[in-house]
Amino acid sequence: MSHSAEEVQKHVKVYITVFAALMVLTGVTVGASYLHLGSTAMNITLALIIAGIKGTLVAGYFMHLFTEKAIINWTLALTVVFFIVLLLVPILTELDTISLI
Amino acid sequence: MNIPFTTNPRPDTGVYNAKLGIWLFLASEVMLFGALFSSYILIRVGAPEVGENAWPLGSDILSVPVAFTNTMVLITSSITMVMAWASLAMKKFDKYKMFMGITIALGLTFLVIKGFEYNSKFEHHLFPSTSNFMAIYFTITGLHVLHVIGGLIVNFYLWIPGAKMWESDPERFTNRIEVAGLYWHFVDLVWIFLFPVLYLL
Repeated sequence: MSHSAEEVQKHVKVYITVFAALMVLTGVTVGASYLHLGSTAMNITLALIIAGIKGTLVAGYFMHLFTEKAIINWTLALTVVFFIVLLLVPILTELDTISLI
Repeated sequence: MNIPFTTNPRPDTGVYNAKLGIWLFLASEVMLFGALFSSYILIRVGAPEVGENAWPLGSDILSVPVAFTNTMVLITSSITMVMAWASLAMKKFDKYKMFMGITIALGLTFLVIKGFEYNSKFEHHLFPSTSNFMAIYFTITGLHVLHVIGGLIVNFYLWIPGAKMWESDPERFTNRIEVAGLYWHFVDLVWIFLFPVLYLL
C-alpha cells in the first residue's frame, strides 16, 4: 500500500485543518456578498475567488491532487483548457456586435 | 479471472486503473456542469438591465440560510468521507463503518433540506417555467441532486453489502473507498461553486 498508517495519521491533521478553513471560507462567502464593492462584477469576481480557494483546498487535499501522479494532473490540465473554452462560448454570440477593425 | 491493477499501480500510468478511470469520468463531469455554467453566463449576460425580465438577485428569491446550512452539511460529509478512507488505510474497519455511516446520513440530510427547499419554491408558484433564473436554478441544482443520489447509492453499497470485500481483499476495498470519495468530493466541489453563483449573486 502506498500509504502507511503513520503517513495517514499525519494526513488526518491536515484534513481537519482544511475542513476548518472550508467552514470559515463558507462564512466569508456569505459575508462578502453583503459588501458593496461598487459593481456586481466586482462582487462576482470576489465570490469566485473565494469559491476557487475552497475548490483548490478540496481538490488539492481531499482529492489528493497536490500529491497525485503526473498523469492525473495532466489529464485535468487538459480538462481545464476545454472547460475555459466552454465558458468562453457565450462570447461567440456577441461577435457580430464587436468590431475588431 | 483477476482484474488487473486493482491495487498495484499500472507501470505506464503510475496509478491503479480505477483511479485513472474515475478521474476521466470526473473530467467528463466537468464538461457536463461546465456546459450548464456556460449557459448560465449566456442567459444572465443576455438578460435586460431593467424590467420584469431583468436578472434577479439570487438571495431575493432563494433562501441563503437554507443553502448555507446545506453547504456546511456537504462540506462536513466530505471530511467524513476522507476520514472513512483514512480509517481503512489505518486498518480501522469499525471507524470506517462509523465515518461512512455519517457520510451517508449527511448526504440524506442534504437531500431532505433540498426537498423542503424545492417544495417551498413550488408553494410560492416558482417553477422551472417561471423565469430563466428559475429554469437554470432547477436544472443545475436538479442535476446536482441526481449526483448526490448516485453517490449515496454507491456509498450505501460500500457501507453494508460491499464491505465484505474488506475480509477478502482489504487493499482493493480501500481503493474503492478512495475512488468513491473522489466522486463525492467532486459533488461537494460543484456545490461550492453553485452556492455563491445561484444564491448570493
